[in-house]
Amino acid sequence: MTNADKNRLKDKAFQVFGVFCTFIGLVVLAIFLIDIIIEGASRIDWDFLTSLPSRRASRAGIYTAWVGTLWVLVLTSIIAFPLGIAAGVYLEEYSKKTKMANFLEINIANLAGVPSIIYGLLGMEMFGRIMGLGGSLLAGALTLSLLILPIIIVTTREAIKAVPRSIRDASYALGASKWQTTWNQVLPASFGGIMTGIILSLSRAVGEAAPLIVIGALAYVPFVPTSPTDEFTVLPIQIFNWTSRPQADFLVNAAAAIIILLLITFILNGIAVYLRNKWQKRVKW
Amino acid sequence: MSKKNYKLEARNLNAYYGSFQALKDINIAMEEKAVTAFIGPSGCGKSTFLRTLNRMNDYIDGFRVEGDVLLDGKEIYTKDVRVDELRKEVGMVFQKPNPFPKTVFENVVYGLKIQGIKDKKRLTEAAESSLRKTALWDEVKDKLDKSALALSGGQQQRLCIARALAISPSVILMDEPTSALDPISTAKIEELIHELKKDYTIVIVTHNMQQAGRVSDQTAFFYMGELIEFAKTKTMFTSPKHDRTQNYITGRFG
Ligand SMILES: Nc1ncnc2c1ncn2[C@@H]1O[C@H](COP(=O)(O)OP(=O)(O)O)[C@@H](O)[C@H]1O
Ligand SMILES: [Mg+2]
Repeated sequence: MTNADKNRLKDKAFQVFGVFCTFIGLVVLAIFLIDIIIEGASRIDWDFLTSLPSRRASRAGIYTAWVGTLWVLVLTSIIAFPLGIAAGVYLEEYSKKTKMANFLEINIANLAGVPSIIYGLLGMEMFGRIMGLGGSLLAGALTLSLLILPIIIVTTREAIKAVPRSIRDASYALGASKWQTTWNQVLPASFGGIMTGIILSLSRAVGEAAPLIVIGALAYVPFVPTSPTDEFTVLPIQIFNWTSRPQADFLVNAAAAIIILLLITFILNGIAVYLRNKWQKRVKW
Repeated sequence: MSKKNYKLEARNLNAYYGSFQALKDINIAMEEKAVTAFIGPSGCGKSTFLRTLNRMNDYIDGFRVEGDVLLDGKEIYTKDVRVDELRKEVGMVFQKPNPFPKTVFENVVYGLKIQGIKDKKRLTEAAESSLRKTALWDEVKDKLDKSALALSGGQQQRLCIARALAISPSVILMDEPTSALDPISTAKIEELIHELKKDYTIVIVTHNMQQAGRVSDQTAFFYMGELIEFAKTKTMFTSPKHDRTQNYITGRFG
């Protein structure tokens, strides 16, 4: 066997291995989805979506949970997006490449890997106790904002970095200031990437239960929150609560709630993919 | 020093990237409404010098200059000079065409818009007049609202020139503006330079000796950060004073 033959064989072997690995991932995901759907799909109806929680599984619904989840999503977006994008823009476009900047940079990347429960503890102390927000929606949203800020900052920077130097040069050479260049050229050109990062970070936030449980979000909230200072629950907490009960009927409820949660995540991811494709088509170099 | 008024001058100019000295004691004076070519082997500092003339190096960490650069006799590296004002006077065209990923129209009027000019009629007129000056109007007048990225490379480069002209500079700096273009597009740009020098002072970096010969009135030869020779292009190409210049323009090194 010649060397070239050997290499071709290796190539082939790796391809087969790669396909196999991909396949395993997909199969596991599919089995999980099918299982959940079989168990929970028939439980989903209008009543399930509009009922308050209850001790009786057949009467319990996820009204407070999904409304709480939407509230948290919206509040977290309002808090985290401007902060994250501004920080990303600052670090990428404005800050001098000093030791301090380097230090910040490494630590922001590290923060993205900190377990979410740690953010919960920080949030409880800072927002819950010191700021006196307790277990309110606002405390929850602020905590989740902390959690996703590093992701937004990092993806914003990546997106901005992908904008070629030549575009900035062109803008500066026409007398534009740094701010004008950032606002008129860099941000629009990186918008697709930034949006993708933002939405993916949201779909992470939407699945979090741990940090919210730590700050004191409750599983049983008998009313729908109407303002940011209200107490709340979210879908993952509701699911967690139901799965920890002994009655089989609650497991069905949990499966049904998981389907709704997955749906929200899929919609968010769908929007991310759509935006990315749309912007990539518009911006080509 | 003669009484003559020069458009651009450098006096005892040194430039550094950190501890690396890229320009060494440059003294040069360029005439108004003439074309000056910068030639020299790559890495000799042509781009660096060109970019000191509109302070485009300001954004590079660690870059600094010593000495004077004068535009119309006025120092440009002082605190009271605003770089945005300077760049309205001194436009720039780059090596690779770099239109914004926007429409043709938006590209041409960008410089005006960031000055706060919103008047639609004024923008439209400015766009047409700049596109006519670069002989692009007939080619793009039906595509003004199409993406500039859909134009050919040569058209994109002329669009970049039109974009620079729209803010009415008096100087245009060009850094190897045709090195990414085919011969026909290159010829069009050279023709354009001939037209433009009636109204503008042009400085062009080129590594193409024939091009320097065709388009420029004066030529400056740089070598390792030094200005070796500066003379009328004809003189330099027929009887260069220095051996280095002679060797370079006859192609013995490059
Ligand atoms: N941003 C930079 N940082 C550090 N050194 C640079 C930078 N740009 C250019 N140089 C150096 O300065 C010298 C002159 O470069 P340049 O002006 O681009 O040359 P030319 O345009 O004549 O090819 C080269 O040695 C180059 O490596
Ligand atoms: Mg160069």
